[in-house]
Amino acid sequence: MAKKLMKLALLASAVTLGLATTAFAAKEEAKPAPAAAPAPAAAPVQLISGASAQMLGETCNGCHGTDGASAGPASPTIGGLHPEYFASIMKSFQEGTAYSTVMGRIAKGYTEDEIKLMADYFAAKPYVPAKQKFDDKLAATGKKIHDKWCEKCHAEGGKVVADEEYQVIAGQWTPYLKYTMQDFQNDKREMPKKMKEKFDGMVKKEGDKGLDALYAFYASQQ
Amino acid sequence: MKMNRRDFVKATGTAAAVAMVGMPHLAFGAASKVVVVGGGTGGTTAAKYIKRIDPSIDVTIVEPNKTYLTSYFSNEVIAGERDMKSLEVGYDDVKKMGINVIFDSAEAIDGAAKTVKTAGGQTLAFDRCVVSPGVEFVYDKIEGYTPEVADKQMPHAWKAGPQTLLLKKQIEDMKDGGVVAIVAPPNPFRCPPGPYERASLIAHYLQKHKPKSKVVILDAKQKFSKQGLFVQAWEKFYGYGTPKALIEWRPGPDATVTKVDPATMTLTYGEVGEEMKADVINVIPPQRAGKIAQAAGLADDSGFCPVDGRSFESKKVPGIHVIGDACIAGAMPKSAYAANSQAKVCAAAVVALLKGGEIGVPAFVNTCYSLITPDWAISVAGVYKLGADGKIAEVPNSGGLTPMDASAEAHAREVQYAYSWYTNIVNDIFK
Repeated sequence: MAKKLMKLALLASAVTLGLATTAFAAKEEAKPAPAAAPAPAAAPVQLISGASAQMLGETCNGCHGTDGASAGPASPTIGGLHPEYFASIMKSFQEGTAYSTVMGRIAKGYTEDEIKLMADYFAAKPYVPAKQKFDDKLAATGKKIHDKWCEKCHAEGGKVVADEEYQVIAGQWTPYLKYTMQDFQNDKREMPKKMKEKFDGMVKKEGDKGLDALYAFYASQQ
Repeated sequence: MKMNRRDFVKATGTAAAVAMVGMPHLAFGAASKVVVVGGGTGGTTAAKYIKRIDPSIDVTIVEPNKTYLTSYFSNEVIAGERDMKSLEVGYDDVKKMGINVIFDSAEAIDGAAKTVKTAGGQTLAFDRCVVSPGVEFVYDKIEGYTPEVADKQMPHAWKAGPQTLLLKKQIEDMKDGGVVAIVAPPNPFRCPPGPYERASLIAHYLQKHKPKSKVVILDAKQKFSKQGLFVQAWEKFYGYGTPKALIEWRPGPDATVTKVDPATMTLTYGEVGEEMKADVINVIPPQRAGKIAQAAGLADDSGFCPVDGRSFESKKVPGIHVIGDACIAGAMPKSAYAANSQAKVCAAAVVALLKGGEIGVPAFVNTCYSLITPDWAISVAGVYKLGADGKIAEVPNSGGLTPMDASAEAHAREVQYAYSWYTNIVNDIFK
């Protein structure tokens, strides 16, 4: 009995220890490292790096929602995103190859390693589709357009798919999708070559109405 | 049987106590107690995030108001762009997280006895206390300005509430051709761009309804937050710098207001004591850490509370943590986002301290939007770390303001992101 109790206590202790490690900075992350920005020329004081994934990730919640589930109306949901998409878009924000209002300024505050931690942190969260209004008829048209032009890469209607590193578009906030499409169209965000071919073809065939139908289709997936 | 740490040590002796250090409370079924003083942005975030990390911790919020009104976006209410009701948040969802909420005000915090005493006569014991009282107004810097004058004639409206609606009504009742004076406070104060956002949105209202009127800002400072962007937009939308300007800004010390006379609606300002009459007077007084922080001996001579940047534990009273507008947080501004961000760092540290774990390396963000018209917003963002000198500092070459050459489309997007900021931060705090 005593032995069994001891075993239990040890187990509980180990579990909590494990929890503590995730909850706070992991030991190996806690080492002070050089300041985050690539060229901290004017930094008079050494900044302490090594925050945990959770610590870093939670700072995003004020704009993107707890666990990255945005309540809108425009900030995208980032919980459940593919970690490689997350990391690559953050890099594009840093470099300015993807236009942003505020994200470029924020992304510049993080190292590649920190971004990877945040990417994995949010990838482990559930993707919560946005609760937003949409037009049923338009959504039905949008589905057809999606299937024809977009489904090959944005599989399953643009949902979260394992090993699919594209941005999730099903259930994403419509204003955000519109902004992103505008940026693609105005050369403010680099469009992958394959996407550009499909996109140009779609717009030529369906016009801007086709885009509206697509937005409705993505909004309909809740 | 419920046991607290002290009972347990008494009952089982030193050997057990040594083992206890590495042994979590959880394993023994005893709950650590955290009392959070102030159920606003900082306090409620801290309570929620402590519970998220460790649901076994007994967390109690002491907050006088059953309905919280966010001060952020209350400038939209003053300008008639938003309903006051939309700023209301209740505590039902907070309670559903397993957090106790006591609607009472904290009157005293005893750091040695580890208790909080409330006005209602309760004594609450804690292992760790988080104090997030916001700011209180300093009334002895402007002659004639009192809490009564603020309530009835010259609202500060710097905490959303009846004064927000009073100021709105005064502006609505004002004749066309009237003057709205905003008295802007010296640093440091809550919401650094707030007075200028307020001036902008009031000007927007006046432009539509009373175009011969204007807003005059009498500032104690010589410069202000997001100044370049504000001035640029004021020139674009409100004729700033022209004879028909809807906004006029006068810098300190020449415009520092020293006296108000509610009977004649007169302001006295500058070293020589010039006088100005106005139809509506909005005095935003100088500020310091909330009353309870002063009473508990948490503030220093600056009026704000020095804290350890890793844990937000007070440098004056151990066992008590101070977050949000009341604390001294290095380069971070006194904003809602900063309070929310600090609260998460504090929550992780409080749990670590209670459970004997290691306090992690902190990380902070601030994001703050200001509306200049309903279609034109500007922002400032910052990523912060703790410096080796113990001060919170901005990560070099990051953060900053909306660029001066941003397009109208970019400013319109910032409006939508400002609204998203509001929904998401309110949810992140209260839901």
